[in-house]
Amino acid sequence: MEYGSLGFQALAATIKIVFMILGFLMPLASILTWMERRESAMMQDRLGPNRANIGPFKLWGITHFMADAVKFLFKEDFIPPKAHKFLFMWAPIMAMAPALIVAAIIPFGAPLCWGEMTEKVGLGGACANPVNLQIAQLDVGLLFYFAISSLAVYGATLAGWASHNKWAMMGGLRATSQMMSYEVTMGMAVLGSFLVYGTLEPGAIADQQTHIINFGHYHSSWGIFLQPAGFILFLTAAIAETKRTPFDIPEGEPEIIGYFVEYSGLRFGMFFLGEFLEIVVSSAIMITIFFGGWHMGGTVDGFLAHVPNIWIFPKSLLFSLLTLVIWSIKVFVFCGFQLMIRWSLPRFRSDQLMRLGWQRLLPISIANVVATALVVLWAQQ
Amino acid sequence: MAVGVKVVNRPGSLAQQTYLPAIAEGLGVTFRHFVKNFFGNVTGQRKKTDIATIEYPEEKKAYPERNRGLHRLMLRDDGQVRCVACMMCPTVCPAHCITIVPEEAPDGRIEKRPMIFEIDELRCVVCGLCVEACPCDAIRMDTLDHAKPTYRRGDAILDKEELMSRGVQSTAVQGGVGAFWREQVAGKPQTPPAGEVVPAGAPHGPTPLADHGHK
Repeated sequence: MEYGSLGFQALAATIKIVFMILGFLMPLASILTWMERRESAMMQDRLGPNRANIGPFKLWGITHFMADAVKFLFKEDFIPPKAHKFLFMWAPIMAMAPALIVAAIIPFGAPLCWGEMTEKVGLGGACANPVNLQIAQLDVGLLFYFAISSLAVYGATLAGWASHNKWAMMGGLRATSQMMSYEVTMGMAVLGSFLVYGTLEPGAIADQQTHIINFGHYHSSWGIFLQPAGFILFLTAAIAETKRTPFDIPEGEPEIIGYFVEYSGLRFGMFFLGEFLEIVVSSAIMITIFFGGWHMGGTVDGFLAHVPNIWIFPKSLLFSLLTLVIWSIKVFVFCGFQLMIRWSLPRFRSDQLMRLGWQRLLPISIANVVATALVVLWAQQ
Repeated sequence: MAVGVKVVNRPGSLAQQTYLPAIAEGLGVTFRHFVKNFFGNVTGQRKKTDIATIEYPEEKKAYPERNRGLHRLMLRDDGQVRCVACMMCPTVCPAHCITIVPEEAPDGRIEKRPMIFEIDELRCVVCGLCVEACPCDAIRMDTLDHAKPTYRRGDAILDKEELMSRGVQSTAVQGGVGAFWREQVAGKPQTPPAGEVVPAGAPHGPTPLADHGHK
């Protein structure tokens, strides 16, 4: 098949989509459901779920997520009699799909050098015919991310409305107000990075961050060092978008249970898994913008680029796999960090949440954009 | 009438207002615990971790010495049941979980003994009143065990043999000595009273006086 032809592109995209969803997002999100309980237990001097096993394979209880899935499958799929049936069934999909769609723009490894697999590795634009390990290279990149992730609010709102339950309704309304408020901050926080790197395409942003810190050529450093304030703002807003503690007002376990109070079985499981998918995807986005994507600094990248052809595996493929491993570890660690935040901080009250969003984070993010713009202008002259 | 609101102004430093140092400190605490417990657990050194979990079926925490638990029936010196079927315990039991059917004792020294002695552990509220009520130290709840879970309700009703299987010989005075045993044994060691059936070779227990001092 010829490089660049429609069939080639379709085949490559299909393989990448299948890998991304079945090979990375869903397994990691599933394992996170178990990891959250285990990690929180370790933080609180408990042991956590460590019992589930398949025959002799116990693996610290990692198979708990399979047991959970089986349990979800066999539970009664209850739809309240007065619920709006279609929207009730549609809402979990609306909550889960955006996280999967957004994953399309995330670069997850070095490009493969098509046609010269045994000669070159995909570092620093060395390939003549690169196959990017990124499902869709969109120039609007991060705007696409905001556009699609905004849709996740419909899942929560529709679930709350369609359930015909006042607690669910309140949860849905809270979700609406919270997610809309924090999307503003989220967009503003990324504007700083946009000014520094001069592009919105995640792959291009990641490719610029070839060094961890580079004083001479400043915009080849990791985003966290160029935009520390932007990172903290984005992180805060991203956690608020996932609707987890300390921003779990829409769920509000102690008070209103939340927008999915009427859901059971696999439909609830989709909300549950969607929440963890959002964690994975927002972690991946943050890794891309602020932690160099699949790059691990010039030294490590340069070292890995010397990988030889081993057996039937060409060096380009091996290099891409190694960078994929680096990227996966980064995402995994960042997911763990998000879980740690969830189990360390107390939750906000609804009015505190709104005050933080509109009166603190939004002005700071605007100030960050202005300051970044001035510095970039000064640096260019 | 409007309720007066007193606004308390707590400005705090800039560092406090941003929450960031406090958040970092909190994350540090949880992270320290996580690292210590995680690596201790992975390397199999549970002792060095702070984990307080007791993994129940494999590990068990000992009950305190005065715990009220599963019943048992104590034994006479000859291995027979100590209970004289006086019906004190079924009378006092608030849950009506004790069933006693008395019969005449063949011994001759005592009037009655239980033909059937059953305790429904599902009904028992573990109040310990039966132990308080027993004049013979026949029923006790000091097994440091609890009623076992069963698959059928009937299995939770313990019969006499089951209850006696945990019993031992008590050091308390046992029945059949007579109403005036204190006067009788004032100066001399206790002898078995005359009766038709005397257990062969069974050693008699300690004297009531000695036992009294022991208590």
